[in-house]
Amino acid sequence: MKVRIVSLLLGALIPFASFAIDSDGPLPTPELQARYDRLTNELRCVVCQNQTVADSNADLAKDLRERTREMLLAGASDPEILEFMTDRYGDFVLYRPPMVGRTVLLWAAPMLLLLIGSASAFLVIRGRSQAENLPEEGEDPFNSHETDRHV
Amino acid sequence: MRYIIPAAVFAVLVGFFWIGLSKDPSEVPSPFIGKPAPAFQLTELKDPEKLVSQADLRGRPTVLNVWATWCVGCRQEHEALMQLASMDIVPIYGLNYRDNREQALQWLARLGDPYVATGYDPDGAAGLDWGVYGAPETFLIDPQGTVVYKHLGPMTLRIWRDEFMPRISSMAGDQG
Repeated sequence: MKVRIVSLLLGALIPFASFAIDSDGPLPTPELQARYDRLTNELRCVVCQNQTVADSNADLAKDLRERTREMLLAGASDPEILEFMTDRYGDFVLYRPPMVGRTVLLWAAPMLLLLIGSASAFLVIRGRSQAENLPEEGEDPFNSHETDRHV
Repeated sequence: MRYIIPAAVFAVLVGFFWIGLSKDPSEVPSPFIGKPAPAFQLTELKDPEKLVSQADLRGRPTVLNVWATWCVGCRQEHEALMQLASMDIVPIYGLNYRDNREQALQWLARLGDPYVATGYDPDGAAGLDWGVYGAPETFLIDPQGTVVYKHLGPMTLRIWRDEFMPRISSMAGDQG
């Protein structure tokens, strides 16, 4: 019984977890709050680079959250707010940087790696199945033995 | 022969790590290089009656140094700034970032004041417009008010000599 009460109490804390570092409370409308959450999760905290502005309790992140909130309340659009941030902190502040010359490799890398990976997997598997066929083709047994050993 | 591919992959990895690990990930390129200095208007730290603004950073090369009393790197670089101020090459302006006036004044009284003037920015609003994210930061601004260079971290005489002086000399060359 005791365990159940404790876990219930702990469970009751979950809804507050996302507001833990936000001292100013939620925005007036759910729409604004949703945009605020999306924007602050999209922005990188430049001081603590592996955290979003929403997650970080660094002073700078606090400033950026405050500024995002002010701009939302003043009626700024999402692109306007993101532009305000990139004007000051560069593309680096975005977790999803725009696709430009400098970032092509960054965006293409996962595809490239997948291609290289599947091409080498294909070659290795084909090589292996050919090696298995070797003895049946009446090749030198010494050779096939060595192939086995190294695969 | 069969080692060529693994060796090539290894070489590529070494190349990536060589470049990647020799970079300082905390150094974010400033979007202001080559752009006009952001506008600001702050009260002067020592004399709240006076104002400091981007208009002060015009007509000759200037340096804007972002500092605060809570900033360890700023304490480290202070001696270098004092020396640079005494050499009197370019005026050094201060941006006192997210600080407290009393403490900042005490700091200058105790350690010396290398600044021609210091803008007092307690809530970091001007700092945000300058893209400040980690004091100390030092900007070099040309006579036209364009940001030419930004140094992140404590200023040293070596960095001054290697990064700032060549840029300042080329500005003087442009004018002459």
